[in-house]
Amino acid sequence: MLSPLLALKEVSVHFGTANRPVTAVENVSFSLSEGERLVLVGPSGCGKSTLLATVGGFLRPSAGHVLLDGVPVRRPGPDRMMVFQEFDQLLPWKSVAANIAYPLRLAGVTREVASARAEALIHQVGLTGFGDAFPHMLSGGMKMRVAIARALAAPPRLLLMDEPFAALDALTRRRMQEELLRLWHEHVFTLLFVTHSIEEAVLLGSRILVLSPHPGRVQAVLEVPEDRAARAALQADLHRLLLPEPADV
Amino acid sequence: MFDGARPQPPAGPLAAEAAWKPTLRRAGVLLVLGLAWEGYGRWIDNDLVFPTLSATLAAFWRLTISGELPARALASLEVLALGYGAGLALATLLVLLAVASRFGSELLATLTAMFNPLPAIALLPLALLWFGLGTPSLVFVITHSVLWAVALNAHAGVQAIPPTLRRVGENLGLRGWRLTLRILLPAALPAVIAGLKIGWAFAWRTLIAAELVFGTTSRSGGLGWFIFERRNNLQIDEVFAGLLAVIAIGLVVEGVVFRTIEARTIRRWGLQR
Repeated sequence: MLSPLLALKEVSVHFGTANRPVTAVENVSFSLSEGERLVLVGPSGCGKSTLLATVGGFLRPSAGHVLLDGVPVRRPGPDRMMVFQEFDQLLPWKSVAANIAYPLRLAGVTREVASARAEALIHQVGLTGFGDAFPHMLSGGMKMRVAIARALAAPPRLLLMDEPFAALDALTRRRMQEELLRLWHEHVFTLLFVTHSIEEAVLLGSRILVLSPHPGRVQAVLEVPEDRAARAALQADLHRLLLPEPADV
Repeated sequence: MFDGARPQPPAGPLAAEAAWKPTLRRAGVLLVLGLAWEGYGRWIDNDLVFPTLSATLAAFWRLTISGELPARALASLEVLALGYGAGLALATLLVLLAVASRFGSELLATLTAMFNPLPAIALLPLALLWFGLGTPSLVFVITHSVLWAVALNAHAGVQAIPPTLRRVGENLGLRGWRLTLRILLPAALPAVIAGLKIGWAFAWRTLIAAELVFGTTSRSGGLGWFIFERRNNLQIDEVFAGLLAVIAIGLVVEGVVFRTIEARTIRRWGLQR
């Protein structure tokens, strides 16, 4: 078996002062191989976003190791592109096309090649004709499309997504989920996705890691089956796991 | 294909009409003020106290044609440019220090708290002692008037940058100078421009006032000195013409220079409505 693309080894993250330490994540280990879609799911306070920020290099683990291709992660970098939940993650002073081309330009790609690639991505995320628009002219869903296109522009080793669809309306969210899967089939990237929605986790993940809160610990790791009925069963299992009372829907 | 595009800003005849109306209103206000001025001037009928608008405009035209007023304005603007430039350079240095370190941040906060409320003109006697009568003294007080307003605003702007935007820059592999230049500076631009505008207004006022108080600070003299001179000669219509020039330059810089910069940057980017 190949060595994993990403490996977390007994990672703990503490916040707060020496007097009142807060443990956000405790002793979490998992690994992720190429082309996988791992979804971290759990209630708020389970440290899933903290874990993602640690993989992104924005936070240092208090204990344990985060290894990307066997090398410890020290700082943020374009090999782990992050899509944030906030709509203000686009650079307001750059057009849609320039935002998407920016990672390529920073990587030393020529202007022509970068804009050709940006144009192709604009088309793929369904924003044809909006290349010259500035971010403030776009709706929330459109901004998210641009952010995803930008994250894929210079193909990262790992795509990190921190509840990217949580602030969208239900219809847009649904459509974005399907389009993310379509993009995955086209680009086959490796995805680490954080959500608190069980439905989203089952829909998007090839594997689901359930975290328990206070502090965040691995509660369960579940493979997502292809079969529709088996997925529905998994969803019901997850509901039982995460909600103490049976959900009366 | 795209979802719920936000309505684009209104364009076409409706927007044109909306932009046209305030201009008309402004023109109406100016007309009323002008008529009041002319009427009052004619009523008291004393050129030594209050010349009419027409006399002021005539003097303004005469002095512009003769080249005296433009030369004086240029002299003022040259001194201003020196002081403004020096103030900007120092402000940039202080803000970069403040962004880079806690100590720099504290230094900037302390210095601005001390010196921002101190009117620049109050430093003029000291400046004259240090630098003598002449341009250096004027440049010194203008630098002081610009520095704190610009530094204070720019630093506040950097602190108000959304953390997500900073993380996006770091995610793209930017750090240190590159992060500051490519992410932090453009993100803080609305506040920076606001600071530049305030700094400009302070500097222009300070300069004219300094020239008025210590007029003979340079050989040719600027607009402030011109106004002082003409008052001594009791050429009051020319005093009014000088004041008109001060106002006109202020309006042009504010309404044309800064407005153009804003339209091309922060308003285009939706950072300012």
